[in-house]
Formats: sequence, C-alpha cells, structure tokens
Amino acid sequence: MGRAWKFGNDIDTDAIIPGRFLTIYDPKELASHAFEGTRREFSKEAKDGDVIVAGRNFGCGSSREHAPLALKGAGIEFVVAKSFARIFYRNAINTGVLPLVCPDTDKIADGAEVFVNLKEAYIEADKKTYPLEPIPVFMMRIVEAGGLVEYAKMRGNK
Amino acid sequence: MGLTITEKIFSAHCKKECRAGDVVMAPVDGAMIHDITGPLAINVMKEMGGGSVFDPKKVIMLFDHQIPADSISAAENHVMMRTFAREQGIHNYDIKEGVCHQVVPEKGRVKPGDIVVGSDSHTCAYGALGAFSTGIGSTDMAYVLKFGELYFRVPETIRINANGKFQDRVGPKDLILTLAGDIGADGATYRALEFCGNAFSDMDIPGRMTCANMAIEMGAKAGIVPPDEKTWEYLRGRTDCTPFSLASDEDAKFFETRDYDVSKINPKIAVPHNVDNVVDVTEVAGKPVDQVFIGSCTNGRYEDFARAAEVLGDNVFSEDVRVIMVPASKAEYMKVLKAGLIEKFVEAGALVEAPCCGPCMGGAFGLLAPGEVSLSTSNRNFRGRQGSAESFVYLSSPETAAASAVTGVITDPREV
Repeated sequence: MGRAWKFGNDIDTDAIIPGRFLTIYDPKELASHAFEGTRREFSKEAKDGDVIVAGRNFGCGSSREHAPLALKGAGIEFVVAKSFARIFYRNAINTGVLPLVCPDTDKIADGAEVFVNLKEAYIEADKKTYPLEPIPVFMMRIVEAGGLVEYAKMRGNK
Repeated sequence: MGLTITEKIFSAHCKKECRAGDVVMAPVDGAMIHDITGPLAINVMKEMGGGSVFDPKKVIMLFDHQIPADSISAAENHVMMRTFAREQGIHNYDIKEGVCHQVVPEKGRVKPGDIVVGSDSHTCAYGALGAFSTGIGSTDMAYVLKFGELYFRVPETIRINANGKFQDRVGPKDLILTLAGDIGADGATYRALEFCGNAFSDMDIPGRMTCANMAIEMGAKAGIVPPDEKTWEYLRGRTDCTPFSLASDEDAKFFETRDYDVSKINPKIAVPHNVDNVVDVTEVAGKPVDQVFIGSCTNGRYEDFARAAEVLGDNVFSEDVRVIMVPASKAEYMKVLKAGLIEKFVEAGALVEAPCCGPCMGGAFGLLAPGEVSLSTSNRNFRGRQGSAESFVYLSSPETAAASAVTGVITDPREV
C-alpha cells in the first residue's frame, strides 16, 4: 500500500527532473530534486510503495533517463497513466519503473490509498479496483529478465 | 500492398519484409551520445558486461549541452567520456564542433536509408536527410553500444502533404508549429511522420531539419523527408554514398494523411507551457519579453541567422531585451561570421556565443528568473525548461524572434 501522487496530462521530463540536475546519476540524489519546480513536496514525502497516477502522455520530452531514475530513487515502482510518451515508456521498463496503462486514472484521487497487483493486472485505489492494460509481450520479456541490463547479460558478451 | 519509407528502411535492415506493428531487432548504422546522456549509457554498458563497442566507427561522440564545462561535475563527465573514447577508439568531436543534431549530418555521419539512434530525443532530426533516426534512453543506448542493434516497433506513418509557397517572413518553423498545434503533443506517439508535397521539396535542408527535429514534439518516433536532389547535393563531399531512390510506394498504407496549404500559414508561436499550445503571433503580440534566444538544433543554422538579420535590417535590438545567439556548429558559426552577421548582431546589441545547446535546456547559461519571459527559437517551452518554474517560454521562428528582439515585445515579423 502507498499513496497516489496524482498528475495531469503531458507531464514532461523537464518537470520530473529539471535540466540543471543532469550531471547527477545517483537515483537517490536525483530523487531529492524530482518535481522540484512543480511539486516540491514530492521529493520530501514520497516513500516506497507510492504510485504515480497520471493522465495522457506521461514522460513526454527529453530522452533523459534521469527521469525514471529520479522516480525510482523516490521509491516509485509503478507509474499508472492513461498513456505514455514513447521514450519514457522504454526508459522506465529498462530502469525497472513499470509504466502501466489504465484508462480510468481520472477516477483515482490524489492521496488515495493505492496498491498495484501486477499479476492480476489491476490497481486498487480507496478500495475500488481498475484494470490495467497488459504490458506488450516483447517488453514483458525484458521485465521478466529484470530489466534490459539483465536481458543483455543473458545474451552475453559478444 | 506497398511499403512506406519507414517500412522499406526496416525491411532492408532486417532482410525481411517489415510492416507497421512488427517488433523487430534491427542493426543500426550510427549511435550518437553526448555529454548529458552519454555517461549513463557508458556506465550501463559496463554493468551489462562491458567489453568493446560494436563498431567504434559507427559511434558518434560529442559534447554540446554543458560546454565548456559549467560545473566540476560536468567536467568530470567530459573526462569520463574522453577516457572511454580513447579506450574504445571512438572519434570524439568533444566540445569543438557544436550541437549533435547539426554535427551528425554536417560530418556525413548519416545518409538516406540509415537507421540512426541517439540518446537525445531530437535525434529524429536526421529524417531531414531521409534516414530513420530516433531518440532513445541511456540503457537502450548501452545495449546498442554493445550489440549494434536494438528492438523497434515498426511505426505506422502519418503523411503530411504540404503544398504552396510561404508568405514572406513565414517558414519551416511556422509550419512545424502549426502541425504541433493541430496534431497535439501526443497525436503522433509511436508513429512516424512523413513530410511530402512541394512545400518540402522546395524547402532547403536546414528548413527540413527544423521540421524533422520537432517530430518528437508530437510524440513521433521519426520525421522523414524523402531524399531528393537537394538531399544528394547536401551529402556530396560529406559522404561517399551515391544517389538512389527511396520513397513510399503509391499503394503504401498510411495511418492518416493531412493536407496543408502553407501559403495560408501565418507566423506562429507556442505559448507557455506546452509545444502544442500554438497560436498566431498576432494573438499574443505586445507581450514584453526579457530574453530572446536564437539558436539550438531546431533553428541554429546560417539560414536561420540570415532570416533574423533580414528582419533586423538597420535596426538595433531593444535595450530591454537580452538577445543571445548561438550558431549550432563551428561550420555554421563560420558561415554566419564570414557573412558579416556576427558583427551586425553584436553591434545591434546581441551576445553571440560559441556553438552549444545554450539556453534551450536551462543547463549551462541564460537561465530565467521567476516571472521572466523568454522568446526562443528552440523546441520546448515546458514549465521550468529554461530556468525557474515560474518563468515563461514562448517558441517561434527566427524571424519572429528577431522582430520581437527589436521591439522588445512579441511582434509579427511582417510588421517590422
């Protein structure tokens, strides 16, 4: 169980982690600047088990992988949104923050008590459940391997 | 049923017919890393087991975002990348050549029909030369550096059919802002844009680069202009490739086709805080600006500065505006210099900086204070993009930027 951090549409990667922090690579340190300009309390209050719940096109903009890393450093394991920007979606999968598509995020309130059941593909929010769309088969292979780094290790050295 | 350009490029690389929707593992012809996302890619490659890069000649390294190093941590990242380049035998353009999306085409590192990836979202810019190029994250890049290939979902294509002649002082940036406004920030997610029609065949390569560059602002994976005489002319002397034909088949399947008459397009501006928040410049005319930035991978070429200079004429820039100009590469800088434009701009009151990304991403310099307004020829106006989250960024063409820099308020360039 964690709390829902509710965001709107078109949350860009500059909002998630501003450009002036891109020389940092440590997830914890990045997390201390997450949403610094737009949602200052996030970096102080987010904790393990919390879930980001957003509208359309989450993670648009820059390809900076610092964005999912900052969320990971803040303890976020799942981002549940109506849709994702393409590069963020891949980056999130690769870094172990799972992007999950849910058409019903409007029904989930900020601060709701939430829980993601990945196996049965639903998110529970304030005791109501909403279905999650399945992760595409190819992406699931990477998820199951434990991320792209592990997937690459399995493939071995050339 | 025929194939789109994108499907043809993937089919050629995968040596089998590839259709939109297929997930394929495709070899890449080039992989670009810069100072912001490169260090992470290198570290992750080491986590993956390290070893040698797939082909040092296909790896393009340069520094452009935070140059010359603006902090000790940036300097350390540069050192780390230089060391990696030396160990791996990768040619490193370092801080000397300019912005990645200008340098890669300029140095002949991309050609029509290629698949090129870069750990920068605006890598889609090389579609201006008929390549399939797309931005990826650092972990995907680590995988590419190691294995020389990456998985892709072959995208559907939205064809933009733009015809007609632009009005005076209206151009490619106004067209691509129009598209962003119409299609929306996620209207082309997972799709490729294909730019066709005589507005594109008449357009010079720098203009095509401006348009292809901003495909990502609609969520697109790529933005491709079919190669033509102008493309081959641009590539002559830069690459040894010989002309061949590459176009979508007549009976190719498009997700959607959109028609535009560019003669009807007025000067456009994206207002805070989204790129698809596009209106005619006249709708926000009169708004005071604190800073004007002309440059970036979107509009930092000689032709952009020539457009700005034409609008400037014999005027000087407003006392109340900080005008920052940054040509996108050393070669472009030299063209602007030799044309006498740097002298003209400096005398008119501008600061002309050495080639780099500049204020575009709010990293190195030119950051905004709360409440300040910037008019920028770059590609993003997200909240906090160029400094304070309480600042305001507008995006426009070089013509509109120059006109506004003269008057000190947002101005339709046709009125100066």
